[in-house]
Amino acid sequence: MRILARKFTYQPDEITLKAGEPVVLELTTADVHMGLKCVDLGLRADILPGQATRLRLVPPKPGEFPFFCDVFCGDDHELMSGLIRVVA
Amino acid sequence: MTIDRRQFLKLAGLGGAVVVTGCARNPFVAGAGADEFYFVQLSDTHWGFQGAPNPDAQGTLPKAVAAVNALPVQPDFVVFTGDLTHTTDDPKERRRRLAQFKEIVGGLKAKNVRFMPGEHDGSLDRSEAYQELFGATHYSFDHRGVHFIAVDNVSDPAGKIGEEQLGWLKRDLDAQPKDARIVVLTHRPLFPLYPQWDWATGDGEQALALLQPHANVTVFYGHIHQEHHFRTGHIEHHAAKSLIFPLPAPGSQPRRAPLAWDPAQPYRGLGFREVEAETPAEYKLRELSVVGT
Repeated sequence: MRILARKFTYQPDEITLKAGEPVVLELTTADVHMGLKCVDLGLRADILPGQATRLRLVPPKPGEFPFFCDVFCGDDHELMSGLIRVVA
Repeated sequence: MTIDRRQFLKLAGLGGAVVVTGCARNPFVAGAGADEFYFVQLSDTHWGFQGAPNPDAQGTLPKAVAAVNALPVQPDFVVFTGDLTHTTDDPKERRRRLAQFKEIVGGLKAKNVRFMPGEHDGSLDRSEAYQELFGATHYSFDHRGVHFIAVDNVSDPAGKIGEEQLGWLKRDLDAQPKDARIVVLTHRPLFPLYPQWDWATGDGEQALALLQPHANVTVFYGHIHQEHHFRTGHIEHHAAKSLIFPLPAPGSQPRRAPLAWDPAQPYRGLGFREVEAETPAEYKLRELSVVGT
């Protein structure tokens, strides 16, 4: 599952995963150093220009888990967020 | 005949909303050598912001300066706890905003003014422009028996203090008696107030571990654009209102978007605070509006 970070969005900004099914999130940035943090799923990664960051995840349970950029990246940094939806 | 500030407030009925806070584990020791005084905390002025959440963005900071200048007794000092300016990708514009901010607050009657960066000032260039205009991003000073420490948790865009500064903080604290009165000034909360909105400091726990052995520590910070009071162990943390737009209570809505400007109640949720340091180690906080108490 690929996610592209770009000022000030994630593309896609919503992804749907299956509970208990392992997945690798491949994170890249189109411009500057970004981050991805999902507190409820215990995820945290730096996304650096020119390289892909891979996050392994086994969604534990159905639900909606917001994530956001935790590396200040500019004017609308505070609005840069997304959602991991986990279904049964 | 002269009257002191407390007498004046009592006579003038300017009590306002007051929070009395104290963390003295051993107040009789902690008060030794301390004196009574007060300072003013302003925060998150975001000079350069434009948008519907504050249609008077150009006027709010000058109004706050005027409100501080109108206080019946001037504070010993004024501190701005970060986000002096609103962020911009343009380094020239960043410097222009910082310079304009500095010029406006140069109008304060109180000439002892302390600053620190917020992430909007310093996270895009590791506070390079900020330091050109305001100097060091972390420092300490003593004032009338209280040891003040300004902690920078924004120059790292990941919102961390960093090992180097933590080492400096340890050395600074090691030089203080365990019962010293210590006030920490910073931008982000040092504790994980609401990490889902990034209202935390990445390595704040390490700073708190260094502070914890000290009996009389109080933290004043900004960043969350609202009054908030919290305690970790014996350490009290007090967030200040913003001077540009208020933000919602932690976790009260899906996004941390600014609260809307209310034309019927302009400047609602904006303001600054007085902090009266009393003996023994106790602080009386009074929240003030930019348009009068």
